[in-house]
Amino acid sequence: MTNVLTQPRPIRLKGRSFLALALSPELPFEDWLARLDDLAARSAGFFLRRPVVLDIDGLDIDRNELRELVGQLGKRNVRIMGIEGARPSLLGADLPPGMTDGRPASDFEAPAEAVETAEPRAEEETVERVVSAEPVLARAMPSMIVTEPVRSGQSLFFPEGDVTVIGSVASGAEVVAGGSIHVYGTLRGRALAGTTGDASARIFCRKLEAELIAIDGFYQTAEDMEPDLRGQAVQIWLEGETVKTGILG
Amino acid sequence: MGKVVVITSGKGGVGKTTTSAALGAALAQGGEKVVVVDFDVGLRNLDLVMGAERRVVYDLVNVIQGEAKLAQALIRDKRVETLYLLPASQTRDKDNLTPEGVEKVVAALKSAFDWVICDSPAGIERGATLAMRHADTAIVVTNPEVSSVRDSDRIIGLLDSKTLKAENGERMEKHLLLTRYDPARAERGDMLKVDDVLEILSIPLLGIIPESMDVLKASNVGAPVTLADGGSAPARAYFDAARRLKGEALPVTVPGEKRSFFGKIFGRKAA
Repeated sequence: MTNVLTQPRPIRLKGRSFLALALSPELPFEDWLARLDDLAARSAGFFLRRPVVLDIDGLDIDRNELRELVGQLGKRNVRIMGIEGARPSLLGADLPPGMTDGRPASDFEAPAEAVETAEPRAEEETVERVVSAEPVLARAMPSMIVTEPVRSGQSLFFPEGDVTVIGSVASGAEVVAGGSIHVYGTLRGRALAGTTGDASARIFCRKLEAELIAIDGFYQTAEDMEPDLRGQAVQIWLEGETVKTGILG
Repeated sequence: MGKVVVITSGKGGVGKTTTSAALGAALAQGGEKVVVVDFDVGLRNLDLVMGAERRVVYDLVNVIQGEAKLAQALIRDKRVETLYLLPASQTRDKDNLTPEGVEKVVAALKSAFDWVICDSPAGIERGATLAMRHADTAIVVTNPEVSSVRDSDRIIGLLDSKTLKAENGERMEKHLLLTRYDPARAERGDMLKVDDVLEILSIPLLGIIPESMDVLKASNVGAPVTLADGGSAPARAYFDAARRLKGEALPVTVPGEKRSFFGKIFGRKAA
């Protein structure tokens, strides 16, 4: 027997970006950890409660060495939320998850002063930097223009802003955008707009044959779409929690 | 230097091997020096379709592993003397194909032949990616039905990202060959129409091969259809496709229709 879904409301999945501190360890780890201890000695609270991502891109280490490093950092109260640049085989259930597509933000300044004064100052300074970096990220709304058809099996991921496809999006392909999605061709695959929480994002296409569309986590499959909208030029937007589709004149 | 052509599709059973043999034989009959290479290690068929299965001594894997020289593994066709076959191994598997080995073999063939036609296995794994890796041109074989079209679309994406040409920032030349086309069934709506397939895949059309008993008959007697019965409808379609592959601007006709689709289809710009 299959379970009957009594709740018609789907679970919302949203993307969100946070600013994390990226640590790039160097070999040999003993020396690097010694320098880290030195930094911690100058500012005990520097890593405290801060999300830290370990960037091990280009390091020739095995799983045991990585586990050892994460353990060593844990002893120093540096908790790793994710690992960037690792081969999938390096990561296991006992290690933090792998992370990809990191984008650089403004650098954190390591505190240089002595213990007595440095701690509160460093804390203040970095908090300020984090805050000042955020509005910049939110304001900048870059867009991506794709001049080739998006082929089956391809996934276009652009959380920063709008995606414009000059061509079609094939069945089995997907476009994921933080902003709106424009398809100057037939939309046969999936289009997920406003994935970083933008409910005002819209999807436009010259011909609707989509398998799935979603805005800000609210989705609709081909089955849920009005049959007479198929093959039409449409725009799709969100009204409250309802996905609306209108024919473009 | 010869031209390396990969015959690929993603989906199995659409006519890659038939096409490799038929196009290879068509080009060779025009006087070009041609080698067809079977990349389907473990499931080789090209030797059967070419009628050379009783003459296979060494194969592609032997050459790659250094157990035989390339010249020992090449089989010359008994009917057309400029046509050669490099068979696959039936007893090994695709893990025996190494990128370096394939590169060396393709480079050697390229310098000795006008055309190196690589018959790709189905799927998107090692065998298929290695077969397309060194290609200058790709022929995407597609049947007029939705699953074949979607798999072809996936392959086109790989041709544009996983090949040497793509990695060097060059553009891979891609052609669509529509096989097993039945005009009556397309008219009834049981099959996708030529225009529908072109609209989805948006690559230029190399030819349309009609569904025909002649293809099955030819492979059963171990001859490429262009050698078995040169006057049959599929053979004529393959001869025309070979001329277009050589760069001739020949109008594409839809089997069963007298009207030429030239302006409408072959002249269409790929999006």
